[in-house]
Amino acid sequence: MHTKIVQFILILILSPFLFGVINRTKAFFAGRKGSPLLQLYYDIFKLLRKGAVYSKTTTWIFVAGPIVSLSAVVIASALIPFTGYPSLISFDGDIVLFIYLLGLARFFTVMAALDTGSSFEGMGASREVQFAAFAEPSLFLSLAALARLTGSISLSGIFSSAVINSWAAFGPGIYLVFGAIFIVFLSENSRIPVDDPNTHLELTMIHEVMVLDHGGVDFAYILYGAAVKFWLLGTLLVSMFLGACSRGWGIDVAIFIFGMIFLAVIVGIVESVLARLRLLKVPHFLIIALALSVVALILTMR
Amino acid sequence: MVTVLLITIPLFFGVVSFFIRDDFMRRGVIVACSGAHLALTCFAWGKQDFGLLGGWFVFDDVSFVFLIITSVLFLGASLYGVQYLSNESGHFKDENKKHKIFSNEAVFSGCFLLFLSTMTTVIASQHLALLWVGVEATTLASAPLIYFHRTKRSLEATWKYLLICSVGIAVALLGIFFLAVANNNQSEMLLAKVIENAWQINIPWLKAAFLLLFVGYGTKMGLAPFHTWLPDAHSEAPSVVSALLSGALLNCAFLGILRGYQICIAAGLQSYCQEIFIVFGLLSILFAAVFILGQTDYKRMLAYSSIEHMGIITLGIGLGGGAVFGAMANMLGHSLTKAGLFFVAGNIFSYFKTKKISDIQGIAAGEMCRSGVLWMVGFLLITGMPPSVIFFGKFIILKEALLQGRYGVTVCFLITLAVVFIGMTRIFISMVQGVSAEKKSKSDLRQANAFWRTLTPVVFFVLAIGIGVFFPVWLTRALEAAAKGLGWF
Amino acid sequence: MEMPIDFVIVTVLLMNLMMLSSSRIRTCIQIAAVQGILVGFMPVIIDIHSILPGIIIISFFSIILKGMIFPGLLFRALREANIRKEVEPLGGYPLSLLMGVLMFALSFWLTSRLEYAQPLISYLAAPVSFATFFTGALIIVSRMKAITQVIGYLVLENGIFLFGAVFLGAQSFLVELAILLDIFVAVFVMGIAIFHISREFDHIDTHKLSELKDLITKK
Repeated sequence: MHTKIVQFILILILSPFLFGVINRTKAFFAGRKGSPLLQLYYDIFKLLRKGAVYSKTTTWIFVAGPIVSLSAVVIASALIPFTGYPSLISFDGDIVLFIYLLGLARFFTVMAALDTGSSFEGMGASREVQFAAFAEPSLFLSLAALARLTGSISLSGIFSSAVINSWAAFGPGIYLVFGAIFIVFLSENSRIPVDDPNTHLELTMIHEVMVLDHGGVDFAYILYGAAVKFWLLGTLLVSMFLGACSRGWGIDVAIFIFGMIFLAVIVGIVESVLARLRLLKVPHFLIIALALSVVALILTMR
Repeated sequence: MVTVLLITIPLFFGVVSFFIRDDFMRRGVIVACSGAHLALTCFAWGKQDFGLLGGWFVFDDVSFVFLIITSVLFLGASLYGVQYLSNESGHFKDENKKHKIFSNEAVFSGCFLLFLSTMTTVIASQHLALLWVGVEATTLASAPLIYFHRTKRSLEATWKYLLICSVGIAVALLGIFFLAVANNNQSEMLLAKVIENAWQINIPWLKAAFLLLFVGYGTKMGLAPFHTWLPDAHSEAPSVVSALLSGALLNCAFLGILRGYQICIAAGLQSYCQEIFIVFGLLSILFAAVFILGQTDYKRMLAYSSIEHMGIITLGIGLGGGAVFGAMANMLGHSLTKAGLFFVAGNIFSYFKTKKISDIQGIAAGEMCRSGVLWMVGFLLITGMPPSVIFFGKFIILKEALLQGRYGVTVCFLITLAVVFIGMTRIFISMVQGVSAEKKSKSDLRQANAFWRTLTPVVFFVLAIGIGVFFPVWLTRALEAAAKGLGWF
Repeated sequence: MEMPIDFVIVTVLLMNLMMLSSSRIRTCIQIAAVQGILVGFMPVIIDIHSILPGIIIISFFSIILKGMIFPGLLFRALREANIRKEVEPLGGYPLSLLMGVLMFALSFWLTSRLEYAQPLISYLAAPVSFATFFTGALIIVSRMKAITQVIGYLVLENGIFLFGAVFLGAQSFLVELAILLDIFVAVFVMGIAIFHISREFDHIDTHKLSELKDLITKK
């Protein structure tokens, strides 16, 4: 039991670190020195010490938004397994809860954005919802395909299954699942090519534009929530490679954390190499994920 | 040996005539080739010819009827076509010949003979995949023929023909593969062998295979929901080509379906196939009836009439029993009459220079009275007036439908036939009667009344009537033999 | 032994989807060519232990034809006919991509209803070859240019060839050659027709090829 709690705490502690890795990688590609690896921790602590300013037109929804989103994501992180070791909470069908917790987080972010009454944030919200409409089903279908492949319908069960890391046994479907989840992963975490986390042009932003009016503690929650979400979805990808190994808990955890860092490096490379898609093309990109996940699901139904 | 000659002679001369520069000689080659083809066909009559290539090319009882029709039609078309070419050649003289490797007429002649060769291949093929190759080849050989006039409209028709038929025939190829799977993956695709082993064939696969074959070759044959290329191609092609498409090509495509049907009969699926035949046959007649009623273009009207007749033939095969014989007779009559009608339509077009029905009046009254009379005679024959073979065929089909107690089919058949008759009467009467409005130039008249261009339809009509009246014993035997191959016991 | 075949087949399937979602004609031709090459290798891959010379020749010819000659012909038509480089689908790319996936689902369902006399080499072969066939048909129907219709025809043929290769193995050698020859001539003639169309109409948009109609369909 205590390893489970340690895993849970590790997720909460380590997730902001990955953003530092991404930024370092991008800086490396751009030939810059880059911000410190722990920059996001500094930002969060700085913001936590500040007060928030609330507009008079906003209601309690605006205040509740970041809090509910963060708590939903944190609960979701209790569901996600850690390199094949079962998660803090796991039961049959927790896949559905996991996805809907992420959905709840998004819902409250969107509501808070709409609550400000700002046209910019409303625009961001509409984009976020539109893209989520494509991303969410494909995440669902991908997990469904994984569930069919492994015969388990809980996240811990899927990733602890001994066969998950011998892909050959699954046939080609699992590659498609991986591709689909990767696209969803990029889109949900608002990375390039769907969204650019560094953009300063409001008209082209999606996620950033929704949180423009948040400040202080609220913004710290939002940043931290985004980092945890990155970890959660990243876990799905990395666990598909590493799965359950049995070299002892300590070594496995170390390998897994390195896997996550490696994923962050890959994301950094992707962001350095690719350009952001035109907004019109984004649904097209996400539909590819949807198509891949549907095909994968069909392939599993022999 | 005869079989091989029937295929290779037109093939060889077809390729050669691409390179013949002299118009006169090229035309001679066409006529000589078609004549030789008919002569060889008559020679092959009644002889068991085991062909070469392990029995891949043999004319059996079913296909022999098709061979006769094709051969006769091609001879007529070549005589008509030669005169047509010499009339048309004036139009192409001014075209810049520098950009072309072959002159327009050389392409026409070459493709004409290749068309004959590929069609004979289809008829002779006992190997199902080879039959497919032949059918696809007929599409390719005839596409340049449709584009003879080099106009936008003919190009559009050619493109539709090429694409729709190629895709349709691709479906048939899938059907052939299905058939091979049904046949337990035996690579033997000879018709006789497949029929021999039909008792152990896999039934669900065979059913799927027959459906695919039906849709595939049905597209080429112009059965109702897949007929869309047919009116365009028939109306835009030169009349002599339309005659061949309608009279010979559609039958050949039908032969492809019939081969599949023969296998299904042997596998005990006859009633399954018959239902398909009846439904699509009636549907085709219905489609044709609807479109003939409001038709404004007389060549399109003839094209829809072809769809109607394909429907009748399909229906006849579907009813089985004596109707198979009726269908064969109807096919014979349709080929002769429709080819003749297209020839006459070509003459009318040469004179009036329009395909619109409303622009033509009083053919029988003016200088074109010969064509007018022929047009009217052809109309009576194609709608099945008593002395015609078509009457005979339709009557037998109708009788069979009544005998089997299929009153619904009978009523549908009769009503649609009546609608077709009414629609065609309106068109033909309005074209033939009345006063011819203006006089055309002398050269147009000379072309339209040219000797061979009048004689060939006359001969075809006389044949259609003569067969209907006398029904010679040898022909009855041939048709009976064909019908026996198709489940008339 | 099963794995490489499955992978090739799934790659063929993914190429269908790529083709449906790619917006440039050039890319479409390339994808069709690569797909043709993959499909052309199928007869050899399937029975790697007993390769007959006939199979190798068929495989060789179809690879040459589909991988080099067809793309060459189409690129030539693209150049000479001066065609705009976009595909212009009816209903947009996302829709056609989803249609492609739907067709795969449909063909999966269809083929699951057929029973096979022999154990199959790959359970994916039949659905994917059907899906390829349907994708070709979809491209023909939903793309507006003559050249994309030819590409669709090629994809359709790829599907049929895949089916034939997987289910039938070695057919009669001459016949297969004749089929290939036929398809070659078909594409060749279509290429010529595209050239004529672009010259006569100044474009190869087949939706403008609508002079020939019946009155009833006009209304």
